[in-house]
Amino acid sequence: MDGKYVKYRLGKSYGFQSLVYLLAFACIVPLLAILFYIIRAGITKINWHFLVNIPKPVGESGGGIANALVGSIIIILVAAVIAVPIGILAGVYLSEHRKGRLAYWCRLSTDILQGVPSIVIGIVAYFWLVRPWDIGFIHHRGGFSALSGSVALAIMMLPIIVRSTEETLKLLPDSLREAALALGMPFHRVMFKVIIPVGISGILSGIMLSVARITGETAPLLFTAFGNPYLSVNIGKPMQSLPLLIFNYATSPYQDWLNLAWGASLILLVWVLFLNIFTKVITRKWKVQF
Amino acid sequence: MITRSDIPLRVINSSPEAILKAKKRTKRSFRQIRTENVFRHTLTIMGLIMVILVLGIMLTLAWQSRLSISTLGPKYLWSKVWDPVQDIYGAWPFLLGTLLTSFLALIISVPFSVSVAIFLGEYHPKGWLPDFLKNAVELIAAVPSVIYGFWALEVLVPYVRKFESAIGVEPVGVGIFSSSLILAVMIIPYAASLGRSMISLVPSHLKEAAYALGATRWEVIRTVVLPYTKSGLFAGILLSLGRALGETMAVTMVIGNTSLIPKNIFAPGNTMASVIANEFTEADKPVYLSALIELGLVLFLVTVVINLIGKKIIDRFTND
Repeated sequence: MDGKYVKYRLGKSYGFQSLVYLLAFACIVPLLAILFYIIRAGITKINWHFLVNIPKPVGESGGGIANALVGSIIIILVAAVIAVPIGILAGVYLSEHRKGRLAYWCRLSTDILQGVPSIVIGIVAYFWLVRPWDIGFIHHRGGFSALSGSVALAIMMLPIIVRSTEETLKLLPDSLREAALALGMPFHRVMFKVIIPVGISGILSGIMLSVARITGETAPLLFTAFGNPYLSVNIGKPMQSLPLLIFNYATSPYQDWLNLAWGASLILLVWVLFLNIFTKVITRKWKVQF
Repeated sequence: MITRSDIPLRVINSSPEAILKAKKRTKRSFRQIRTENVFRHTLTIMGLIMVILVLGIMLTLAWQSRLSISTLGPKYLWSKVWDPVQDIYGAWPFLLGTLLTSFLALIISVPFSVSVAIFLGEYHPKGWLPDFLKNAVELIAAVPSVIYGFWALEVLVPYVRKFESAIGVEPVGVGIFSSSLILAVMIIPYAASLGRSMISLVPSHLKEAAYALGATRWEVIRTVVLPYTKSGLFAGILLSLGRALGETMAVTMVIGNTSLIPKNIFAPGNTMASVIANEFTEADKPVYLSALIELGLVLFLVTVVINLIGKKIIDRFTND
């Protein structure tokens, strides 16, 4: 009887183990399915013509996504220019002030910002930059613009950069900074010449992760960058971007536009996955070690 | 200004060149101290910017939704009809849609994410296969939501339609069920990665004690690992829920976008995020726009509370 019971318990254990294995690996199935479908549908659409032309009007076949590619790159670059300095310096602030009231609120704000739905950030950017407003002597004309989209995306980048900078710099030993300060270096030079260069890999990986995250963001751009069927490089005007193009064309009934959306999806997917994998590799290679 | 007293005493009585040199050196160090102070203040300002940003977001949402809060009142949240053409605003269809999609997605995804957490945290913490699984699950979070939406619309929805006609409901395809399925995939990584790190924190002497008493592997997981990590797993599920509530694009593309109250889980509907995405640029009346922003405010507050509770639990867990 005893032996039977032990066998039953072992059987149950193995049963649950295989169930866990099964469910765990079932998670990859949708990812593989998405990769498979997007690559199969997208690869035939991509050629030189697709990359250097702008979309044709309905009824004409062909056309490309050059406007969205250029727009995405510009919007992301401007967002990075806004977010990277603020993010790194705020991260440095948090790593320098472990305790203190402002540091506590700053950390709390970063946590909050990380969880804010992207559509809410879109709404806020709309009221800050797209809606015309004037207070006394400042008149803001407003209007959909790539710049407002960049600001919305910069707000989404900030918490990731701040957190990764803080976490990286916290790992550095105090002796490093104390040695530099003891040599008589002023505080800002200690930061720029010693602390930030040593932690650069962690900071860089945070920046790249944040870029990877905002590359695919659509919701904040709906009410800010808005989209544009033509090629535009003016950041004061509406601009197309890859995710916006996919959203607009994927829900359209025209086969030509669907084809553009498939091709654009493949490019976006490859771009984002490449950034993620590249970041993983460099963090593993250049890990900060002490 | 550099005064005489700033120059070291030993130079004062030496040659004029030495005094000049000393003056220059003093000037330089004064400049450095000034830069240092400016730098310290810049850091503080950057820290302040983060706080101001969050306060600004909250105040902007509250201020812009004041019109709907004052004219529609709290009743807005449970009124059942949304008809902007006739100036009738009720948020209940969207609240219900958001709750249904999020919780359904959570129910579908939890077995999978907990399995990944147990697999990576307990059964196989090291090796190439777990590494592959870990990276693959992390990549699930990296895929842009608009691509999930597009894929679901083109590939998943036809299957759901077949499934619906097989079980005898109206085969619409798009709707609450399809969005829950795609949401379930999207939120797996959040609970899984947190659960994995929590499970790997379980002290091995606890597990060894259970093994020594003759427990099987499953019994150790059920009686030691899961009870020990239950608050951590709960926090992971909360973070997943926070993601699911705010997810916009994938849901907007497959939920069907009607403002009617969904009759069952296969019916089309709308969530708070999707109705904002769809109607924000079309809102032509101030009350209409303000009502949409109030939805955004509700969404903001709910996700903030959920995320902060989740973070609190994680902090307490990792500090113990």
